[in-house]
Amino acid sequence: MEIKIRKQVLEKNLTEADKNRSYFKKHNLFVLNMMSSPGSGKTETLCRTLKSLMPDIRVGVIVGDICTFNDADRLSVTGAKVTQINTDQFGGDCHLAAPLIDTAAQKLGCEDLDLLIVENIGNLVCPAEFDIGENARVVVLSVTEGEDKPLKYPLMFQVSDAAILNKVDLLPYLDFDAPLAVENMKKVHPGMPVFELSAKTGEGFDPWLEWLRQQVKQKTG
Amino acid sequence: MHEMGIAQELVKIALDAVPKDLENPQVASLHLKIGKLSSVVEHSLTFCFEIITKDTPLENARLEIETVPVRIRCTGCGKKWEADTPVFQCPDCEQGQIEMLSGREIEIVSLELLE
Repeated sequence: MEIKIRKQVLEKNLTEADKNRSYFKKHNLFVLNMMSSPGSGKTETLCRTLKSLMPDIRVGVIVGDICTFNDADRLSVTGAKVTQINTDQFGGDCHLAAPLIDTAAQKLGCEDLDLLIVENIGNLVCPAEFDIGENARVVVLSVTEGEDKPLKYPLMFQVSDAAILNKVDLLPYLDFDAPLAVENMKKVHPGMPVFELSAKTGEGFDPWLEWLRQQVKQKTG
Repeated sequence: MHEMGIAQELVKIALDAVPKDLENPQVASLHLKIGKLSSVVEHSLTFCFEIITKDTPLENARLEIETVPVRIRCTGCGKKWEADTPVFQCPDCEQGQIEMLSGREIEIVSLELLE
């Protein structure tokens, strides 16, 4: 006997993501989901971003890692409100799912924020699959990785609204072909803005900040 | 990498769909649709599914996975096509933004009970 079901397997996560969306909307908040492989420089990029945006834009950060509070410690120095999620207690998950974001956002308190940034767990595969109720997604690739990463992890680059190519200060010392990396990103996601920058030196940072400010402004008025 | 989580959700949905009034129900197969662009590895999913369905009505159930191709529409010129590689630029106008019509599904369509 056949029983029809027709359900999305991740439906539960989608329902939770919708709840998050309503909560964020209620607080007039722009939410950015930042994703990348481990070591691409998400935290360093965020530290510089927070220093530039605050205090004009009130920013909070939810940072996810399997273990350690290291990233929260680094980000707290900027003065932003930060909360750390460790997923080891949930079986070492490789991504942040919507229910975890709900708990973390309540803990952080979003009433006095304009922008909430979620620094996802370093992984180019799983986080792309899980909606957390965000308004936009940004993927960070660094020049110490490979130019072909967008072609190897197409879903991540396809679901992102913008991309950062980080650590461009290292280009003189590497064989990395930056134009090819950007071309590969645009093959997977035509029209996606790509910001080539160095979180360490600040080179190329302004267009990225301008893009983010615009996104927040459009959302929060 | 998150196939165990997917398998767990799959099992919950499938067990919910089995009529409660049956005595010793046994599921023969589950029909799934999985998009080519979704990050689900078929053999990992099958492996996880086998482990967690032991001693349940889903034990020994076959996973019949239908792979859904990546279909795209160019929002610039309206062309629709099927992508075999992760190059999603419009083959005609090369510059339009794109819309994914299919390829991201992780869907449970139906289950077949043993009579």
